[in-house]
Amino acid sequence: MTTQDQNETQNARPRMWVALVPLAAFAAIAALFFFRLGAGDPSKLPSALIGKPAPDIALPALETLAGPNGPVPGLDPAAFKGAVTVVNVWASWCIPCHEEAPLFMKVAQDKRIRVVGVNYKDQPEKALNFLKRYGNPFAAVGVDGNGRAGIEWGVYGVPETFIVGRDGVIAYKLVGPLTPNNIDTVLRKEIDKALAKG
Amino acid sequence: MIPEIGHYALILALAVSLAQSIVPLVGARTHDPVLMEVGTKGAYAQFILMCVSFGALAFAYGRSDFSVASVFENSHSMMPEIYKFTSLWGNHEGSMLLWVMILALFGALVAAFGANIPTSLKATVLAVQSWIAALFYLFILITSNPFTRLAPAPAQGRDLNPILQDPGLAIHPPLLYVGYVGFSISFSFAVAALIEGRIDAAWARWVRPWVLLAWIFLTLGIAMGSYWAYYTLGWGGWWFWDPVENASFMPWLAGTALLHSALVMEKREALKVWTILLAILTFSLSLIGTFIVRSGVLTSVHAFASDPSRGVFILVILLLLIGGALALYAWRAPSLRQGGLFAPISREGSLVLNNLLLSTATATVFVGTLYPLALEALTGAKISVGAPFFNLTFAPLFVPILIAVPFGPLLAWKRGDIRAATQRLTFAFVAAIVGALIAFALQGKPVVALAAIGLGFYVIAGSLAELVERSGLFRVPVSTAFHRARGLPRSTWGTMFAHAGLGLTLIGIVCETAWGLETIGAYKPGATIPIGGYELKYEGVSPRKGPNYTADVARITVKRDGREIGVMEPSKRAFSTRSMNTSEAALMTRGLGQLYVALGDINADKTATVRVYWKPYVLLIWIGGLVMALGGALSLSDRRLRVGAPKMARNRAQAERTA
Repeated sequence: MTTQDQNETQNARPRMWVALVPLAAFAAIAALFFFRLGAGDPSKLPSALIGKPAPDIALPALETLAGPNGPVPGLDPAAFKGAVTVVNVWASWCIPCHEEAPLFMKVAQDKRIRVVGVNYKDQPEKALNFLKRYGNPFAAVGVDGNGRAGIEWGVYGVPETFIVGRDGVIAYKLVGPLTPNNIDTVLRKEIDKALAKG
Repeated sequence: MIPEIGHYALILALAVSLAQSIVPLVGARTHDPVLMEVGTKGAYAQFILMCVSFGALAFAYGRSDFSVASVFENSHSMMPEIYKFTSLWGNHEGSMLLWVMILALFGALVAAFGANIPTSLKATVLAVQSWIAALFYLFILITSNPFTRLAPAPAQGRDLNPILQDPGLAIHPPLLYVGYVGFSISFSFAVAALIEGRIDAAWARWVRPWVLLAWIFLTLGIAMGSYWAYYTLGWGGWWFWDPVENASFMPWLAGTALLHSALVMEKREALKVWTILLAILTFSLSLIGTFIVRSGVLTSVHAFASDPSRGVFILVILLLLIGGALALYAWRAPSLRQGGLFAPISREGSLVLNNLLLSTATATVFVGTLYPLALEALTGAKISVGAPFFNLTFAPLFVPILIAVPFGPLLAWKRGDIRAATQRLTFAFVAAIVGALIAFALQGKPVVALAAIGLGFYVIAGSLAELVERSGLFRVPVSTAFHRARGLPRSTWGTMFAHAGLGLTLIGIVCETAWGLETIGAYKPGATIPIGGYELKYEGVSPRKGPNYTADVARITVKRDGREIGVMEPSKRAFSTRSMNTSEAALMTRGLGQLYVALGDINADKTATVRVYWKPYVLLIWIGGLVMALGGALSLSDRRLRVGAPKMARNRAQAERTA
């Protein structure tokens, strides 16, 4: 190494730290990315309705839909009181609804809760075909043909699933379909929480 | 069988890239020409293998082979042929294949046109390029294989997202990817220079054409994407400050800075360490953009079906490439020699100012884009940062840039004379005032808009200043000036066009924002909608059948001064396979302005919700982008003459010159 080079290296010493700045900044950003990756889907906003009473809107029944105990009734907000209710907003035209439908048959096997459906902006005959195809998990199905009730429930895309506590207050909202992944990790956990609340 | 060949070619490309990652590097260290040559051969081999792989997937899409999962999920046998092909990159897996295909193409280009680069540097560059390729081949093969088969093969595909069924998909992603991926070359050059521990003016001369090439395509890609969003999304906006748009805009800003700092380095050997850092950062921003789009950490209108496991993989790639490069930088940069002193008022000084402002602008966009992420990580609060933030922070940063733009080319290297430059810009100041007055006469207020129009005129006139100066226009006879202007280097012309394009875009933005008109209402057939001196008559709506959709088409006749000048047909399309509706806006170009009609709900009695915009001079926004790209292309053609990359091109250029 020549003397000139040595001088330059010495002069350069203070700049060592400056040269480290980009690396440090990147490390911080990478750490941020890492922690946010596992944090779930950012498009899922917490519903402003959580902790508020479920909308007080009665919805008419899906005509000719019958269960083992006679015709399946429509949605009656008074029936929320006294039991934990899972409200699934669905439509036959919604592709993810087809994928989550079989899973709701499993959810409905839990006898501690009521599972009800809101048929959103759908045609009755198509909705009936949908339930014939996948089975009907719902104890009650309310028809929301024009989406008016959907607005009150704060629905912005189907499928959405709500858990309403025994006090008639919305305890949880799941945006998007139920999947084999989130059925245990999310929905059942939230159901248990709502049940434990007395 | 064909998809398996494509899959196999991809695996072979990975194998080649692994060899190319190491062997040329060893060759460069041991001065072994045979080992170094592996870089060139490997780059060609990767390119050929990627052509096979990409071709195989294209074949599967063209044939609507639904036994391939990616084809099944994104295609439909009734789609027009062009969309069958373009749906290849209308999804995550296929677009990644396009990404690596372009990466391989650039590797091969460096191998082919890098004859004038010292062999050891070239070998190192190709090795670094191959690290990038190897990581992304692995990513595709492990997490996003586009060749996965389905058994049994479904009879029909799920169709392409209707919003993507548009010619825009054929153009926008390839342009953008060539831009993004093109910056990998400057990244590889920067890392190679750090490994070799030697950088000089020649380095900048070798890198600049690649930066310019990537920049041209990124400019076109962004402009095209903006126009596509404008006419597809149906509410007349052309820029949304969406995370994904920002992801393409940040490399553009950084790349623009790099273009200018590399100029200083080439001419004056100054700003070397900074230029190396910018070269690394520009490509890093491209990579981070890829990560943001595909990992699902931020929401965006562009969302790919996201998957956290992919996110983790891309994050590992980021750590290795960006982290590795920056660590190397931290280690090597302090020992690199600085050179080239200059006074603050000089061409170099103006380019440093350009770099400061552009980097600050990049940082602003970066902060705005990632702030929601950071805030949620720290406090759990969900917010979104939108246009108000960017308009408030970005605009004030860009005004000084625009004011400074015409000064740069007028200042001399080393020591410039700002007073002389200001004098030469007198007519630009006059143009600014005249422009603002014209705008005032035509439109009146607001004052801010008038000032901004004046700024636009100033930038355009100021860009011409160097040309006027050097050709001697107004001082010598016009024919002599014309002859001189023709003789000026193409890079001078390129600078002029690129800078003037900025002014054009600015004027377009201001006119559209300040003086655009909008009206929305529910109209019965026969109703007339007046806007901006035009009369639009809603005639009614009729059904029409497309290849894979049905449409309700509204007929609107347009009158100006009582004379019918045309018919606009906005429509609503219903795609049965995905149960999705799209609204197709109708556009009518009048001069540089556009009438824009989008259709909302249509009732049973044919009453339609119609949204009508009059957008004066809106086309200037994108014409400005095209002019910038043209400037880049002119500059690039000039560089070929002087640097003389390939022999053939040089001969051809000489033939042109003598002819």
